[in-house]
Amino acid sequence: MARKTTTQSKIVWTVIAWVVALVIFFPILYAVITSFKTEPEAIDGFSLIPSGTFENYITVQTQRDYFKPFMNSVVLSIGSTILALIFAIPAAWAMAFAPTKRTKDVLMWMLSTKMMPAVAVLLPIYILFRNFGLLDTRIGLTIMLTLINLPIVVWMLYTYFREIPGEILEAARMDGASLWKEIVYVLTPMAVPGIASTLLLNIILAWNEAFWTIQLSTTNAAPLTAFIASFSSPQGLFWAKLSAASTMAIAPILILGWFSQKQLVRGLTFGAVK
Amino acid sequence: MTLKTVLLGACSALAFAGMASAETLTIATVNNGDMVRMQGLTAEFTKANPDIQVEWVTLEENVLRERVTTDIAAGGGQYDIVTIGNYEVPIWAKQKWLLPLDGLGDKYDMDDLLPAIRGGLSMDGKLYAAPFYGESAMIMYRKDLFEKAGLKMPEKPTWEFIADAARKTTDRKADISGMCLRGKAGWGENMAFVSALNNSFGGRWFDEQWKPQFDQPEWKAALQFYADLMKDAGPSGASSNGFNENLTLFQQGKCGMWIDATVAASFVSNPKDSKVADKVGYAMFPNKEGVDNHGKWLWSWNLAVPASSKKAESAQKFIAWATSKEYTALVASKEGWSNVPPGTRTSLYKNEEYTKAAPFAAPTLAAMDAADITKPTVKPVPYTGGQFVAIPEFQALGTTIGQLFSAVIAGQSTVDDALAAAQATATRDMTRAGYIK
Repeated sequence: MARKTTTQSKIVWTVIAWVVALVIFFPILYAVITSFKTEPEAIDGFSLIPSGTFENYITVQTQRDYFKPFMNSVVLSIGSTILALIFAIPAAWAMAFAPTKRTKDVLMWMLSTKMMPAVAVLLPIYILFRNFGLLDTRIGLTIMLTLINLPIVVWMLYTYFREIPGEILEAARMDGASLWKEIVYVLTPMAVPGIASTLLLNIILAWNEAFWTIQLSTTNAAPLTAFIASFSSPQGLFWAKLSAASTMAIAPILILGWFSQKQLVRGLTFGAVK
Repeated sequence: MTLKTVLLGACSALAFAGMASAETLTIATVNNGDMVRMQGLTAEFTKANPDIQVEWVTLEENVLRERVTTDIAAGGGQYDIVTIGNYEVPIWAKQKWLLPLDGLGDKYDMDDLLPAIRGGLSMDGKLYAAPFYGESAMIMYRKDLFEKAGLKMPEKPTWEFIADAARKTTDRKADISGMCLRGKAGWGENMAFVSALNNSFGGRWFDEQWKPQFDQPEWKAALQFYADLMKDAGPSGASSNGFNENLTLFQQGKCGMWIDATVAASFVSNPKDSKVADKVGYAMFPNKEGVDNHGKWLWSWNLAVPASSKKAESAQKFIAWATSKEYTALVASKEGWSNVPPGTRTSLYKNEEYTKAAPFAAPTLAAMDAADITKPTVKPVPYTGGQFVAIPEFQALGTTIGQLFSAVIAGQSTVDDALAAAQATATRDMTRAGYIK
């Protein structure tokens, strides 16, 4: 009897999980379907059956260069993630293993910077970028993406590090390990699942960031977000072409997410984000 | 060292110097068909001007405004040429954000520009942006449906005739709406149409002291007319239809009439996309019986040089090329006369090849000639602009009021409530902005 209930509840939960997953995934699926429609089809109400045209992909390829913004997206997302980890690992170590009275306040303050609408600081950031010659440069955007994602990276790593018993680090210290060796050879290997999932999540966040990457770039450093935005048109139909551009832009990150999903889920459920 | 070696070295040095001095122009633009075509033809310009390279930045219309505004305000100098509408040109020129175009060259036939367009882009006799293409608004209607209903479209129809014809051509069973109009909220969406409608009803946005006029009978008559017409002869979900949605409806044969930008004529008459391409007729934007005003809708996409550009000379060279008669001829030779950018030059409408290829040429010119945006309304006003009011506050105010009027079309609000709310909002905003003392 007990077994029957378990099976029934398993089925119910599986169905619920599928429905929730489908609801979350549906906009992406519909964008992919729309990319295979003609423009009049795309705007003509809801339909899951496209006519199967590849014309939009051809037009998108002909009108704009995909490779340059793609490479910019790769450089910006990987570069900003590595830079963020370089700063965040020592910061999270300090907060997790050598906390002070103000550690919680510092963590909260870091997170509070994410609560401000980005546009509120657009002009000062723009003027700083102009003065330092960082407008439309990969270096400038890498710094920007690092800074806006750093609070989340620190928070995530802090919660993973707190799961690690401090006694192990103490033991290493007693064995004569320096601070550097303690972080690199003891802490980091133990926190690999957490660091990996933070890394993957940060790549995804950086890949999808659309406000700053569009505002601070023009031609040289513009990533795929700018590529997508360029297909919106005030006069004339564009939904199908926009969907094709979006599909091309999200495909690499979707594939990365697909292959790393085990790592991502394990990392996310292993740490504090439970 | 022989003379030959010296000469060779000198040549190489010169070539290197030439390469080093090549300037790259960054042009911000929107993703319209004509703009995409211009990007495709850029090689023709760079071939004739090897010392200039061109890079394009294509953005969504509102993002482009944000981006360019931020860059100009902060003196970023990221753009050498920007694509802006005739709404922005007088405002930005007044702010000294744009450079006057005084280097377009002797060959640039300035007097050939359509007077209505040129007037809207000039300040103190100086041109601040060159028109790339222009448009007014007109009626596009189904000749076959009119014939079936025993109707004949006059050259200059009144709103009374149009309302009657819209109701007669509506066939709900066949999914045909007699009238398709913009309903989607936005200063450049429903408010473009509603402002022009109000002009043609004898109304105005503000009086000479900038007092909002939504409490006046003209606004009430215009909005009531619009709401009733959409209820009786409009498509379902009209409150969320903008230019693109109505274009699709018309192309699929689901509209008896559509009143919108003249640029749509080339889309609805293109047999590749439109099922009714051979059945479309054109007529002037209507007016209320006895009111001498046909909406005064005038829009142009223009190329301008921001004051922050450090390559103004080359930028003007490109603008002179892209907005010239020679460019029009180039597009015609590559893609046919029906694809040339319309609505900027008088000479185009005298060109027989163009008028033959574009049956909508004459009504388009008539509509543009009738749209003097320096005198947009019957009663005197302190502003310019036809389907918009050329003040910086209009974007926000127009969109807020657009939401109120869109709710009327959606059946969520009444005409009286929407007008009362519009009056209160406009009075508050104009007082805060210092227009009302």
